Amino acid sequence: MDFWTITQELLQGFGITCLLFAMTLILAIPLGLLFAFCSMSKFSVIKVPTKIFIWIIRGIPLMLFIFVIYYLPSLLADGNAALNIFNTIDLKMTMAAGSRELLWQGRFLAVLIAFVINYACYFSEIFRGGIESVSQGQYEAGYVLGMTKSQVFFKVVLKQVIKRIVPALSNEIITLVKDTALANAIAIPEIIKCAKDMASSQALIWPLFYTAVFYLLFVGIVTVLLSRVEKKLSYFKA
Amino acid sequence: MALLEVTDITKSFGKTEVLKGISFSLEKGNVLSIIGSSGSGKTTLLRCLNFLEEADGGIIRVDNKVLFDSNTQHALTDAEIRQNRLHFGLVFQNFNLFPQYSVLENVCLAPKLHAKERPDYKTNAKEICDEIEAKARKLIDDVGLSAKCDAYPCELSGGQQQRVAIARALAMDPEILFFDEPTSALDPELTGEILRVIKELATREMTMVIVTHEMQFAAEVSDQVIFMDDGVIAEQGTPDEVFVHPKNERTKAFLSRYNNQ
Repeated sequence: MDFWTITQELLQGFGITCLLFAMTLILAIPLGLLFAFCSMSKFSVIKVPTKIFIWIIRGIPLMLFIFVIYYLPSLLADGNAALNIFNTIDLKMTMAAGSRELLWQGRFLAVLIAFVINYACYFSEIFRGGIESVSQGQYEAGYVLGMTKSQVFFKVVLKQVIKRIVPALSNEIITLVKDTALANAIAIPEIIKCAKDMASSQALIWPLFYTAVFYLLFVGIVTVLLSRVEKKLSYFKA
Repeated sequence: MALLEVTDITKSFGKTEVLKGISFSLEKGNVLSIIGSSGSGKTTLLRCLNFLEEADGGIIRVDNKVLFDSNTQHALTDAEIRQNRLHFGLVFQNFNLFPQYSVLENVCLAPKLHAKERPDYKTNAKEICDEIEAKARKLIDDVGLSAKCDAYPCELSGGQQQRVAIARALAMDPEILFFDEPTSALDPELTGEILRVIKELATREMTMVIVTHEMQFAAEVSDQVIFMDDGVIAEQGTPDEVFVHPKNERTKAFLSRYNNQ
């Protein structure tokens, strides 16, 4: 296999990496905000379970959590992990598409759920820290001017929160880029899985090292974008 | 008829009784100063009147309309609290300007959000916003900061920030403007500019309640002075009665401490 064929194959895997990254980011941010509000709730029936949930998710390895999401529903449904629900989706899609190779969308769903919940928990703690760091005076200034609670949050507090959490969030987002590699634990054909397959089928090890270039480029772009956001918010002090 | 009538306000935090029954009334166009040592309950009183804290007991009336009455059973809803707050403006000790907005935006934000509730907003949005902006510029000009309309709070001195905060409070057309130690967070050389703005408002018959440690200023600007001590009104009257001929021993002790400084 020549360089370009390998690049193209890795690019296909990289597409799945990017898809997992983007969908996790888009879904985990709103879910994380929800978790953040729940963990700040004044009602302990909401607050305590949320805190325990966040503790569990942050306390177990993401790879383990992927296995839990992948196997647990089938175990609970009929006690038989061999009849995996996500695999069934893959089989049905494969047959419908008339493809020779097993499709991966069902398993991708399992990985996505695990990633979204895992990252929502990490984001929620960053959001909570950010929200709690805005002084009470900002809320009160809004209230005495007759603003509603949601107006105060969206028009007064939110931008200050964003400014404060961008550095911490950047860290988490960069980690996410690389964590997508964990999807190969249940054989999602992301870029590392593609390279590993090449290593076993073609006896080529260098494509595995070559994947670093893709990650580095991607993290480079993400870093530039995030530092632009940071710069854009540097016009005020909060 | 008094514009603001406060009857027997009480407030406790846990077991600490901060306000032990505060009653006073304020005529339209008058200025009331509240003095007293730290911890006497001045700020808590102001916060109760602005519904940042809910008083445990008492009645608050504005223009003979009951805003709060602990004897009526139901707790105030968020919407009612919001409606009540619109009667008042509050200027904070540490300004609390919105850092991400320019001076003009700080002053315009609340009026613009409020205008969205007007039935004619959809058809006249442009004119309404222009009107609000024109009025905001006028208010900013009144506090002497027309050159700073596009500046951000971090680019202003403390005194300038506080003047913007006053303009911002006035933009909502409050019937009564409250000041919570408006000069306490400022360097001594910056207090003058704030006091001038408040005096200017007094000459324009703005009804104001000022919690302050500036005795000289309170004596000059007020129609009525309240001396608070340990959650009660120890003495109230005209500036002359309170500052020059105090009857209460605690008032005398408090004032002599100030005069000796």
